[in-house]
Amino acid sequence: MFAAIISLALLGFALGYLLGVAAIHLRVKEPEIIQELEALLPGTNCGQCGFPGCPAGARALAEGTAPVTLCPPGGKPLAAALAAKLGVEADLSELDDGPAPVAQVIEALCIGCTRCFKVCPTDAIVGAPKQIHGVVSDACTGCKKCLGICPTMGIKLTRLQPNLATWQWPKPADANSQPESQQAVRDDDVEAARDMMEVAR
Amino acid sequence: MTEYLLLILGTALVNNVVLVKFLGLCPFMGVSGKLDTALGMGMATTFVLTLAAAASWAIEELILAPLGIGFLRILSFILVIAAVVQFTEMLVKKTSPVLYQLLGIFLPLITTNCAVLGVALLNVQEGNGFVQSLLYGMGSALGFSLVMVIFAGLRERLEYADVPDAFAGTPIAFVVAGLLSMAFMGFAGLPAH
Repeated sequence: MFAAIISLALLGFALGYLLGVAAIHLRVKEPEIIQELEALLPGTNCGQCGFPGCPAGARALAEGTAPVTLCPPGGKPLAAALAAKLGVEADLSELDDGPAPVAQVIEALCIGCTRCFKVCPTDAIVGAPKQIHGVVSDACTGCKKCLGICPTMGIKLTRLQPNLATWQWPKPADANSQPESQQAVRDDDVEAARDMMEVAR
Repeated sequence: MTEYLLLILGTALVNNVVLVKFLGLCPFMGVSGKLDTALGMGMATTFVLTLAAAASWAIEELILAPLGIGFLRILSFILVIAAVVQFTEMLVKKTSPVLYQLLGIFLPLITTNCAVLGVALLNVQEGNGFVQSLLYGMGSALGFSLVMVIFAGLRERLEYADVPDAFAGTPIAFVVAGLLSMAFMGFAGLPAH
C-alpha cells in the first residue's frame, strides 16, 4: 500500500514540477496595450470589424493593421478614444455623426419567439415567450446580431434622436487634457443640442 | 520494418480508433464542423496520443509492474494524460494562438478523449514493447486525424446539400458517420497486424 501511495505521489509531484517548468518557458506575454484597447472596445464580439471578436480586433489595432475606425458600434467617440490611446492622428470626418444606431422591435411583426434576445451579446432585448419584445436602447450597441435571426424580419436599426427626456448636457471636459478629436465630438454634441432646442421651440 | 508499417496501417485503418472501436466520438462529432479546426484537433490529438502512449508504457514498465500495483493503472494513466494535455495546451498557445482560439474548449477536453486512455490500456493488454507502443499510439492518432479530416470535409459539403428538414444538422451527420464507419469496416478484409 505504501508503495502505491508513495509512487503515485512522487509521480504527481514530478509531473507537476515538469509542467511548472514548462509553464515558465512557454509563457506567452500579451502586451499591456492590447488589454487596454480591448477594454475600450464594446466587448460584444459582433465581428463587424472583420476580426473574430474584440480581442482579435484589439490585437490588430495594436499591430497597426487595423484603422482606429474599425468598430461600427463604437462610432465616433470610440474611434477618438482609440486614436488618443494609440497616439495616432485619425480622420474622423468620414464617420457619421449623430446618435449610434440601435435595434428596435417592429411591434406589428414581433411574434414573441425569443430568438433575438438569446443572441443579444449585451442582453439589451427583453421579453418573454409569445410576448412582444422590446429593446433597452441604452444597452444596445447596434451589433446587428439580432437582425438576421428574426424569422419575421421584425427588428430594424434606427437612430434614436435625443428628445428632451433623454438629452443630457455634454460632460464638462478640460480642454487641455482632452485630445483634439474628442473636443470635436463635444462641439458636435453642443450643436446637436442647439438644433434640438430649436426643434422643441 | 514491414512489421512496423503493418502495425501503423493496421491501427490507422483496419482497427481505426474512431470508426471501428468507437473511441473518441466526442471530438469526432464536436470539432468536425470545419476542416481547419478538424485538422488542428487531429494534430493536437496525434501529439498527445503518441506522447501519452509512450509515457504510459514507461509508467507501466517502470512503476506499476515492478511494484505490483497494476490496480492503479487507470488512475496513473489519467494523471499522465492530463499532464501531457496541459503541456500540449501551453505549446499550442505559444506556437499558434489562432489554433488555440479555434480549438477552444476542446483542447483541454483531449484529457477525457477516451481514445487516448483506450490506446494506453490496449497497449498494456497486448503487451506491446516501447517502439510498438509508440507506433500503436501514432497509428491510432493518424487514423483519428484521417477520419476527422474526412468527416469534416463531408460535413462542409453537407452544409450545401439539400437535406430534408427532419435530417438537417446533427442527424444527417450521425447518418454519415454510420456510413463512414461501415466503409471502414471494409478494411477488415486487409490482413490485420
